[in-house]
Order: sequence, then C-alpha cells, then structure tokens
Amino acid sequence: MEKTIATKTQEEQWMVQNQVFRIYDLVFRLPPQAQSVNFEIRRDDHIKYLTKCLKHLEPSFAVLDAKYCLSLLFSLYRHYGVMKNVGYQFEALYVKPFCLLILSRPWLCYWIIHSIALLGDCVDDKLENGAIDFLRRCQDPNGGYGGGPGQLPHLATTYAAVNSLITLGGHRSLSSINRKKLHTFLLRMKDTSGGFRMHDGGEVDVRACYTAISVASVLNILDDSLVQNVGDYILSCQTYEGGIAGEPGSEAHGGYTFCGLAAMVLINEVNRLDLPALINWVVFRQGVECGFQGRTNKLVDGCYSFWQGGVAVIVQRLHATVNEQLGLPNTFNYDCRTDSDHDSTNSDGEQCSEGTSSPVNDINEPMQEGKADASPSVGLNSYGYNFIKRPIGMRPIFHSMALQQYILLCTQEEAGFRDKPGKRRDLYHTCYVLSGLSISQHSSVKGADSPPLPKDIMGPYSNLLEPVQPLHNIILDKYFEAYEFFARS
Amino acid sequence: MDEEVEEERARIIPISERPEWADVQPVPQDDGPNPVVPIAYTDEFSETMDYFRALYLADERSPRALTLTKEAIFLNSGNYTVWQFRRLILEALNVDLQEELDFIEQITKENSKNYQIWHHRRWVAEKLGADVASKELKFTKEIFSQDAKHYHAWSHRQWVLQSLGGWQDELAYCDELLEDDIFNNSAWNQRYFVVTRSPLLGGLEAAVRDSEVAYAVKAILAKPENESPWRYLRGLYKNDIKSLVMDPRVASVCLDVLMEKKDFVHALNMVLDLLCHRYQPSNELKNAIDAVSPASDSSGLDLAERVCSTLQLVDPIRANYWEWRRSTIPAQDISVSMEKQCAV
Repeated sequence: MEKTIATKTQEEQWMVQNQVFRIYDLVFRLPPQAQSVNFEIRRDDHIKYLTKCLKHLEPSFAVLDAKYCLSLLFSLYRHYGVMKNVGYQFEALYVKPFCLLILSRPWLCYWIIHSIALLGDCVDDKLENGAIDFLRRCQDPNGGYGGGPGQLPHLATTYAAVNSLITLGGHRSLSSINRKKLHTFLLRMKDTSGGFRMHDGGEVDVRACYTAISVASVLNILDDSLVQNVGDYILSCQTYEGGIAGEPGSEAHGGYTFCGLAAMVLINEVNRLDLPALINWVVFRQGVECGFQGRTNKLVDGCYSFWQGGVAVIVQRLHATVNEQLGLPNTFNYDCRTDSDHDSTNSDGEQCSEGTSSPVNDINEPMQEGKADASPSVGLNSYGYNFIKRPIGMRPIFHSMALQQYILLCTQEEAGFRDKPGKRRDLYHTCYVLSGLSISQHSSVKGADSPPLPKDIMGPYSNLLEPVQPLHNIILDKYFEAYEFFARS
Repeated sequence: MDEEVEEERARIIPISERPEWADVQPVPQDDGPNPVVPIAYTDEFSETMDYFRALYLADERSPRALTLTKEAIFLNSGNYTVWQFRRLILEALNVDLQEELDFIEQITKENSKNYQIWHHRRWVAEKLGADVASKELKFTKEIFSQDAKHYHAWSHRQWVLQSLGGWQDELAYCDELLEDDIFNNSAWNQRYFVVTRSPLLGGLEAAVRDSEVAYAVKAILAKPENESPWRYLRGLYKNDIKSLVMDPRVASVCLDVLMEKKDFVHALNMVLDLLCHRYQPSNELKNAIDAVSPASDSSGLDLAERVCSTLQLVDPIRANYWEWRRSTIPAQDISVSMEKQCAV
C-alpha cells in the first residue's frame, strides 16, 4: 500500500536541500580568509545594479529565469514578434503568490528605492525628482495610485507609491500625496465584508486589507469607517495551521500572514488572533536550509526572509498580548539584568517589568508612558508608532544567524539577490531579501533606538543595514519623518 | 482554429493602418520628461495601449473595444485596467460568456499566476452560475495536474464549491491528491475545507472528526516527519483543546512515534501542547520522552520542561522558540502536583 518512492514534494525538497548544503559545505571548508569574503554584502555592486534599473530597465536576457525562459520566450515571441521588451518583462514577471502586477511601475520604484535605502544610500536629486514626478502621474485625480500613468488606482500600487515617496522623504515628496482624495479612494474600496477590494471591481483579500490599512495609518487618515469590520475579515482568514490565508478557507501563507498580522497591529486588534498558534506556525517555516518557506512543505525562498521573518519580529513586540493569551502574568521575557547597556531606567529587574505596558494598555490603548517622545500619540493612527516605540519584550523566536547565513551564502549574486540557488536575481527578491536581512540583524536589540551588537551580525559589522519599521517595511528614520510630517498636516 | 489564425493575422497589421480605427485619435502614455523605471515598449505594445487609452477615456463600450482589450491582454495579462474595462464592455454588449471562459483558458496557459485572470474568471463564472461548476472544477484540476499547490487555482476552486456547488466528489479528490503526494499541504488544507464546510457532511461535530483523526494518525505513522497531518490533527480540535487532550489517539500517536526514536520533533511539539493543557501523561509516555531526552539534565525538571530542553537540542533551528516555550509553561503544572500526591 505505502509508496516507497519519493513524492514530488520530497524530490524537490531534497534537490534544493542538497544544493544549499553543498554551498555551505564549500564555504565552510575554505580557509578563514577566503571564507570571510563570502559573508560580505557587496554593497556597491548592489547599489549600482539598482540605480541602473531605476534609470533604465535594460532588455537583458541575463535576468531570465531558466524555467520561465522557454515558455515565456515562446509566448512573448508569438505575441510581440520582437524581443525588445523581453528582459524587462522578466524583471517584473517573477511571480509569487504575494506580489506583483506585471508592468507595475510603482512597485519597481519601491523595490529599488527601498533597497537602496536599506543599503544606506539614496538616489541622486535628478532621479529623486524624476521618481516624485513620475509617481505624481500615476496618482488618480480621484485618489490612489495606479500601475502607471492613466491606469485605474489600485491598492497595492498605492502602497508601493506611498512607501516610495516616504522613503524619498522631504516636503516635495510627502506633500505630493493627495491624502484627502486617497481617503475617498480607500473608502470606495471598502467591501461589505469589512475587507477591501484591490480596485474598482477588483478582488477582496488580506493583501488589500493590509495595503489599505498601512497607507491610511502612515498618512494619518485612518478612521473608524475604514477600520470597521476589517478585523473580522482578517480573523476569518487565520487557518487551522495558525498562519493566515489570502481568503477565508485558503492555505496559510507567509505573505498573507505578514499582511494580516501587521494590519491587526495597526488597528489595535491583534489580540483577536490566536498568537500562540501563529507563532508556532511561523517558527516551523524556517527549515534545514536556514531560510524560510512560504507554506508548509514548500521550498525555501529568500523573499520569505521578510514575510515570515517580519512576522517573527513583530511578535517580539507583542509579548504582553501573547502572555495574556497564554494566561501568564505580564513579565518581560528578557532577562532584564543583561539589559543595562541600553537603557539606564531599566537597569534593574523590577523596574524593568514595571516599564512594560500592562496587558490592558497593550491591547486597549496606546502605551501611556511614552518616555521621551515629544509627539502626542493617541488615537487610531498612533498604534504603529506606539508599537515601534515600545521596548521589545522577547528574544527572537527564530534563528537569526541561520537566516542571515542563508541570505548571504545562497541568495546573494554579484549584484542583486535571488530566491534560491539556481534562480536568477530580480528586483522583487532583492528588495525582500534585503528587508529580511535588516530585520534579522536588528532582531536582538531591545528597542528601536539601540544598535545591534557585532555578535548579532553575520559577517563584518559593515554588513549592517538600515533598520525598518516592520509594519510598513519603510526605513525607520523615514518612517519617523513621515509620521511627524503627517501628524502636523 | 481559423478564427485564431485570422486574429493572429489581424495583429500583424498595425492598428493605425486598419480602416476601422481611422476615426480614433490614439492617446500616448503621459510618462513625463524624466520618467523612472522607463520601459522599452515595442511599437506594437505602445500602439495598442495608445488606442486602448483613447477608447477607455471615451468609455466606448463597443465590439471593436472588446477586440482591442483582447489584444492588450495578450500583450500584458497583468493589466487590471484593461481587464476591468473589458468587464464593463462584456456587460454592455451582453456577450456570450462561455467564449470568455475559453479566452481566459488560453491566457492562463501562458501565465497562470496573476491575480487578474483569476479574478476575471470568478466574475465570469459567477454570471454563468451553477451550470459551469463542473467545468470550473475540471479547469482547476488540470492546473493541479501541473502544479498541485497553485494558490490562485485553489482559491478559485474553493470559491466554485461554495458559490456554485459540486461538493460530491471533493473528499475523494483530496484522497487522490494525498495518495499521490502525502506531503501536499494544499491538499490537506482542501481536505480541512471540505470537512468543515461541505454541506454534505455534518461539520466537525459529527462522525467526521472521528474518521478524520484516524486518517491523520495513519498518515503520521507512515511519515512522522510530515508536518501537514500533524497540523491537520491539531486543526481538527481547533478551539476545542480540551477534546484534543481527551482523545487518547492523540497521545497514543505521539507515543508510537517517540518509541521509534527518530523524526519525533512534531510529536514532541504536540506532547508539549498537551502538557501545557493539563494532560496527565502515562508512565509509558514519560519513559518514551526520557528515552529521547539527553541523559544529563532531565531528572530535576518537570516533564514539559524536559520536552522543551530536548527540543532545544534535537531541533536547533528553533532553539530560541523552545527556550521561549519553556519560559511560558504554565506556572502550576497540575501534572506535577498530582504526581506528588500520587507519590504520597
């Protein structure tokens, strides 16, 4: 009865696993000197590649993924008759359940601009102005951003455009967003289920909920009419496995789990999710290859370094809610005595646990004792801000060093990053692998303001990337700048 | 077939040279003077989209507009603006939507992984109603024969079942897929969907749960390293952890796996959950846990702690997680106090 031959899932898994192990084996057998080079981020080369893409998407076959190559080349040839555009198509066509619209240029902007910012650089004035002007042309007269000039506004491209503009920062960029009209657009996308539609007549799913809530929150235009019942919708998508699916009934998936969790934090309803189950699911997504998979029994993929890794680091700031769900007293799970190097007010154990918000505060109101925060933080739009300002109450629940190892040794190319060995780089993976690396490097700090220790960074300390606000995946400094800018206006 | 050839030929003649388009003034894309991520569009692509823009802005819902959207979709099936306009035209012209399904099928063969085609297909199928249920189920089945974990196709299939029906053979289909690949988590998820939502079954309250527990246990014993049936088993008792703890088959399958002394991480994960919910372990289970625990530090710890410290060693990628779990074991472990009472 039982089959002794390997199933398709097993065969594919073993193939990838062996490839990854071969790489680790090769690298660890090198002498130390030669070894260390493999752990270095090739920062300049990545920036060069990204900047080139921003200026011009070259029609190069170098970006092709071999698997797609034949079938798509064939179909493109049939329909285009010419090959001029093919290279570009492939850059954007790397399709993942969570992602893209082909030819969606605000997404390309975001992946590039965010990646460059993670690497600690920024684009020059000319490109910055070009990007702001271009995104302005994607903005619909009635609010929201489309995939290109003249296209229908779409929630995902709106998210990409808003995140790009915040990352560029500055008055010209931030004030180019028509927030009033955007609010009207978001309301128009609200579905009777409580969820959101991607565009007029478009699909309703958790991704739409997240992108709507994320932009509304960061732009300070979130209100009750937008929030109403969206928590019910997201809750209905948490599956028996513990993760969150795109729609009720579908399979738990890393991209949607990130979206659902982040949205629930931003509307202050995260206590409604079954967090212990969610945590158990997400930690099991990290596999022997050291990277994350998107779903149970699927293959490792660099982009989930952010989607799943993001879930893991968000959870670290939800310790009070998690403890409450476990029926535990709300104590800091960190050993406070080792904490003295970062925060003098929390130098002894007792004060430390007092400094944490009580479960009630954590769930029902923003943290009261905002320490040195100048800006007032009450109301619907401050949950994301309070979240990031909160001390981190838990050690990482995933294996940060292992993840960094997978990223550095298995996804980094000469320039750009890829899904896994055997695949080719693309902008989507470059963005989410780097984002994943950043959150991983910063996962052991105790608060948003403290730098990571060298022991928490794999490779030289110069590998350190800029920290992000994980709920929006925006560079932290840029997030604060936008938060203050939109709190005033 | 001839029609296709005809269309193919039509596409070779540039739109600007076709007489039926002479009255339309194309609208170029407003990219601005210094666009970022500029795209080297082919002439055909640019021209098609320029004409599309003209009709879209004029809101012309005509047969030629319908044809044009088809050409535009062939060039880029991810352009949701074109799809949305096409839906408006289809409605206005009252077109036979069966043909639309065939058109989507053609597009899907080239690239099945974008949201637009699936959303469009759902829209069409909804209009056509229950009559197309079997066609839709067959369509997704064909996709699964290539990619059994295709996320969009599974969502579509679930929508079809819920909105148009066709549940009769679904559990058997799950069996078939799992028979083929017991590690296919999408098939497990579908199985869960069927047993919890099919109107033909009584939900988890009825005898269904009983037989499903047996099904999961069998799958676990065959491949204890397979996470899917473990999650499925746990899911059968979602929001009803008491019953999970009470079901002797759950502890028993954990014991069986532990006795084999390999691939027992998922078994210990389950045991830990049981212990945190006041499960009273048998001596047999305790011994089995002892047998897989490292000899050194096991004696002084209570059982749940021992499970965590064992997991920290045998499952190092999740060492942090198991350490955290250890710190969250409920303070008064009833099993310990009971044990002490028994000892007295």
